[in-house]
Amino acid sequence: MAKQNERIAVAKTYKIYIGGKFPRTESGRYFTLEDGEGNVIANMCRGSRKDFRNAVVAARNAQSGWAKTSAYLRGQILYRIAEMLEGRREQFVAELKLQGSTKRAAEKEVDQSIDRLIYFAGWADKYQQVFSSVNPVASSHFNFSVLEPTGVVAMLTPDESSLLGMISNLAPAIAGGNTCIALASESMPLCAISFAEVLHASDVPGGVVNILTGLRSELTSQFASHMDVNAVIYCDASEAVAKTVQELAADNIKHVIGRDRVDWNSDAENPYMIRDTQEVKTTWHPIGT
Amino acid sequence: MATPENKLAFDGGWEYDPAPESTDHVNIKKRYGLFINGEFVAPEKGKYFDTVNPATEEKICRVAEGTEADIDKAVKAAREAYQTSWGRMKPAERGKYIYRIARIMQERAREFSVIESLDGGKPIRESRDVDIPLAAAHFFYYAGWADKLEYAFPGRKAKSLGVAGQVIPWNFPLLMAAWKIAPAIACGNTVVLKPAETTPLTALKLAEVIADAGLPPGVVNIVTGAGAAGAAVVQHPDVDKVAFTGSTNVGRSIQKALAGTNKKYTLELGGKAANIIFADAAIDQAVEGIVNGIFFNQGHVCCAGSRLLVQESVADEVIAKLKDRMETLIVGDPLDKNTDIGAINSLMQLEKVQSYLKIGKAEGAEMHQSSCRVPKKGYWCRPTIFTGVSQSNRVVQEEIFGPVLAIQTFRREDEAIIKANNTPYGLSGGVWTDKGSKIFKMTQDMRAGVVWANTFNKFDPTSPFGGYKESGVGREGGLHGLDAYVKLGA
Repeated sequence: MAKQNERIAVAKTYKIYIGGKFPRTESGRYFTLEDGEGNVIANMCRGSRKDFRNAVVAARNAQSGWAKTSAYLRGQILYRIAEMLEGRREQFVAELKLQGSTKRAAEKEVDQSIDRLIYFAGWADKYQQVFSSVNPVASSHFNFSVLEPTGVVAMLTPDESSLLGMISNLAPAIAGGNTCIALASESMPLCAISFAEVLHASDVPGGVVNILTGLRSELTSQFASHMDVNAVIYCDASEAVAKTVQELAADNIKHVIGRDRVDWNSDAENPYMIRDTQEVKTTWHPIGT
Repeated sequence: MATPENKLAFDGGWEYDPAPESTDHVNIKKRYGLFINGEFVAPEKGKYFDTVNPATEEKICRVAEGTEADIDKAVKAAREAYQTSWGRMKPAERGKYIYRIARIMQERAREFSVIESLDGGKPIRESRDVDIPLAAAHFFYYAGWADKLEYAFPGRKAKSLGVAGQVIPWNFPLLMAAWKIAPAIACGNTVVLKPAETTPLTALKLAEVIADAGLPPGVVNIVTGAGAAGAAVVQHPDVDKVAFTGSTNVGRSIQKALAGTNKKYTLELGGKAANIIFADAAIDQAVEGIVNGIFFNQGHVCCAGSRLLVQESVADEVIAKLKDRMETLIVGDPLDKNTDIGAINSLMQLEKVQSYLKIGKAEGAEMHQSSCRVPKKGYWCRPTIFTGVSQSNRVVQEEIFGPVLAIQTFRREDEAIIKANNTPYGLSGGVWTDKGSKIFKMTQDMRAGVVWANTFNKFDPTSPFGGYKESGVGREGGLHGLDAYVKLGA
């Protein structure tokens, strides 16, 4: 019981993030997040199939605009996300601790998350030069191949690395001009939604990143099977789940990217993670008068 | 034939004399076994099937029908070769073997061309000038990569995968075999290849070349057969990588079948490319581009320009010129050097194309065909266009894989883009305009893996090829084509 005159803390309602807005789940359902002692931390939105479909619509609508945003600006926006996260460092450390991390581990995870954003911010205007080519065809044509974003990427982010793991999947996808729908860690969902607030304050256009919370068992098949999603990423999935994702993804020939047993601390900084969600486009034009 | 109103009626009513390519220099055995572990062997079940010349409906020879047991034998041979010879060989030496393949193919190019046209029905002009030289060029190109892989993937070490199982289509039989085999073996993998049922011969001749080039036994295994043999290749547990070119439906079932297996895969699937003609284009060149886009190889081309989007202000002019040009196309003997359009590859495909002609008409489109004569025997389809189609018509949305063009009009650039991108496919596209900035806008906005501006249907070993959306996964050709055949480690 609070003493008289003591200020009552204002608890946060954790909602989901779709199209640059923070709605509750349309389903009205929730799941309870508890700390180690069984105390309720928050009632999280138990996102539904319909929420996911709404998120795909938002991501699709944002797609061509984001893909056409200059590489320089995408880099600056990613950098801006890092700046905002740095400013909220203490909040994220506190949330990680609330979900069971030690102080040291929480600080490390937040710091690395910030640094990862900076890392991919820097790639935004460079990966194209590393991976594109001018092709010396034998006929009299100018021929070149460039990368383009594959489109809308659905991602089942890691359960255990709830902030760093999610950012390590989001950052390369959006650095490359894709728009995304991420399913947050089920066991540690707090940071994902707080991260949506960071995104919201970082000049990331609405719909570029959409974040849902919910039950993985319920949403995995939706993420894998939606016909207007171009690529699906799954992280740390069991063999059975990986198989299900791969099978359902085939309905519209999605790219399937499995990121299992990735050490998010040390093994998630390379431009190949950007390339995973890119298409190669080759253009021909005659050379003549 | 040409009518007086036709502005292209230069022939004055005269007909071309036959100009057939000679066939006396071609060696085709009466019967072919399966090429496993460096030699031709009889199929386990002892069954053979006829391969038929689609231009005459006559049997050319008999070919072994491989089954699961044969595939298993081939995969074992490939695994053995991977572990004992090819996988351990110095990359530069691997490259030299592959160069040999390219050189022998060049030496025997005319023989390959004739067999390709006999077995598949494509005009000799195309097999001679496109298929066979490009196939040899693919081997030559990838041979050179064998000892240079460390430069292809900055910051990563590329390692071979093991055994690649490859299933190829009937539209470019030898070229597809080259697209699949050359990068696979250059990267140090070994191969089991299943050619298409209706066009097995040039792959079997390639097997002879591979044997002549002295490759260690088992590096390349070629197992002919029907769909079941292809499925056995895909499903074999000791295959590390699957490469498939064919229809989106089969590709989808392959992707499903591979779920949970950890096999790497590339899928090069169907297409329904839009060829977009602007009013400011060089119209006569554009008409040539339309013809090349849809009638090249009888339209049996996954990246064919099977949808024409023409700007409204020039639509009448373009369609009239196209009709005139269609009248001049010679449909007939694939071995004749004057032939523009050869035979439809098989009876099954002919029936499929014909069913789409019915569908198009039933949906209310107006059909126009050239008035050319076609031979009595064999499988033929006159060049065909549909006008008055709408975006949802099946002849606009679905891949017909024949000499059938659906024509729509547009007014504005953004309308053209919306229509161009409005199919589940995303393999290729074309744009014709004299304005450079418009070329870049259109080619950027088309959601397709290969885009031709003021040209169409050009291919090169150095040029990556492959689709967006339901047209597939991965690229073949060029530096990007290596990726499918390596795993990248730190």
